Amino acid sequence: MLTPSTHPRRARPWADRLAPWAFGAPALLLLGLFLVTPFLMAFGYAFTDKRLLAPPDLRPAWVGLRAYVRLAQDPHAWAAFRNTLLFAAVVVPVQSALALAMALLANQRLPGTRVFRTLSFAPVATPMAVVAVIWSLLYLPERGAVNALVDLLTLGRVGPQDWLRDPALVLPAVMVLSIWQGAGFQMLVFLAGLQTIPGDLYEAATLDGAGPFRRFLHVTLPLLRPTAVFVVATTTIQAFQLFTQVQVITSGGASAPLDSFRTVVMLLVHEGLRRGRIGTASALSVAFFLLVLTVSLLQRAWWERRP
Amino acid sequence: MTRAGRILLTALQGLLAACFLAPLLVMVVSAFKADELRLLADLGGVGAFLPRGGLSLRNFERVLTASRFPRALANSLFTASATVALGLLVNSMLGYALARFRFPGRDLLLAALVALVIIPFEAVAVPLLLLVNALPWFGGARGWLNSYHVQILPFAASAFSAYLYRQAFLAVPRELEEAAFLDGAGRWRTYWSIALPLVRPTTATVAVLQFLARWGDLLWPVMAVRTEDRATLPLAMQTFFGQYPRAWGEVMAFATLTALPTLLLFLLCQRWFVRSAVSSGIKG
Repeated sequence: MLTPSTHPRRARPWADRLAPWAFGAPALLLLGLFLVTPFLMAFGYAFTDKRLLAPPDLRPAWVGLRAYVRLAQDPHAWAAFRNTLLFAAVVVPVQSALALAMALLANQRLPGTRVFRTLSFAPVATPMAVVAVIWSLLYLPERGAVNALVDLLTLGRVGPQDWLRDPALVLPAVMVLSIWQGAGFQMLVFLAGLQTIPGDLYEAATLDGAGPFRRFLHVTLPLLRPTAVFVVATTTIQAFQLFTQVQVITSGGASAPLDSFRTVVMLLVHEGLRRGRIGTASALSVAFFLLVLTVSLLQRAWWERRP
Repeated sequence: MTRAGRILLTALQGLLAACFLAPLLVMVVSAFKADELRLLADLGGVGAFLPRGGLSLRNFERVLTASRFPRALANSLFTASATVALGLLVNSMLGYALARFRFPGRDLLLAALVALVIIPFEAVAVPLLLLVNALPWFGGARGWLNSYHVQILPFAASAFSAYLYRQAFLAVPRELEEAAFLDGAGRWRTYWSIALPLVRPTTATVAVLQFLARWGDLLWPVMAVRTEDRATLPLAMQTFFGQYPRAWGEVMAFATLTALPTLLLFLLCQRWFVRSAVSSGIKG
């Protein structure tokens, strides 16, 4: 007879086998219920004409690809995708480059760098809704702060603009406030990357006669690559998720025509929640996910293609 | 570097710092200006940054007594803290299972977890709304909309946090845990009293990131909150901002009070904020 005391390992095989699942279960159940399930639901609903508030006797019907076809024919959807892509195409390179420049600056051991770091990160710790409200004040037409600054910098050659109501200016205005809010975060990531570069590499490059620009090009940039890959990837995903800023600006009353700055996520909320068209909103969700996925994969392929 | 170069760079640094500070300064200064016309007139010049012209606390008084701010602050504090607390527990447990146990399907599970990181919340928000609307709750109630738990439970588990925890547990030596285990401590005791305290930096990182995300979220409150008494700060701020006629002084007081908790937290525990940014970069 085997007794538990002589064979402790065999005594609790079930407990041992179950232990990892017991540890993992809470998070896995939550992820399954609140992430995987709705994710699959989006793919399913996109093929139906499901509505948010439908009479109980009316069951949603399968309509095949109709929701996607409608989206492809909908000028509002095109506008939303165009705005989102345009926002990402400007914000990702500009914010990443600015963050890198700021990190290089903060890495120079200048007086006041600590204060600079703290101040540049303060907007990151400020909720985005607050940021949007502050900038709405700065963007006020006529004698607003931004207009005053533009007037000063252009020596009065550019007159006052109505930044949030002009269809050509509202998206750039949102870009500026978004970059202001996010640059400090990426700067810290770059700074951490810079500080892992061993100093003797720079010394060796200097001995070889490389000036500051060539040191940057041949030492800093290659070694900073993993950091840059991460910064660009996360900034891209964040840019695609643009919602809070534009939502606050619309709720502030008279703003530019919706199609000049409405993003995919905002359109998704409008279709799903306001108009109750779950089918269309689900098709948009799927399209949004595929867009994010495709761009992420393309970025990865691009980084890998260039060693 | 030459002396002139250093002076130039220092000046550039100062200019950039001023750019980051200025809008926040305008917010705080405007919040103290009770005279709306004066506030607006000051915006076009340096007056926007100067505390001058009838300073008073009236805007703050109005926000604290005549707006939804106090309730929204309580809602935000409760939902964000509860999400973080629950999240730390379940995500660290999953990370521990993936780092310290060998079981069939582990590698597959890890791959699935990494794949889940790419799904943005925005892509599941609409179906999630229908899902939570059909879920039961204790006492036979049905539908989670406009509740507190609808703002907590869907956000507790995070594939990214669990992954960070797994990396952290892998990085600490096993010996302490093995010793405790051989001394008769159960799996749970080993995890809770030995392993978890060893990865405190990760706990701080995950807590900061999750708290900031919940504190600032507007999308889900816009979708799942129906009445003002359940609104969190960003939603209450949006509602207050949309009211007409708008008093900018009061809006700025609301904004200042909304930003204050996270800004103070950041100033007091800067180290942890910086660390969370950095480690999300390195490990992500």
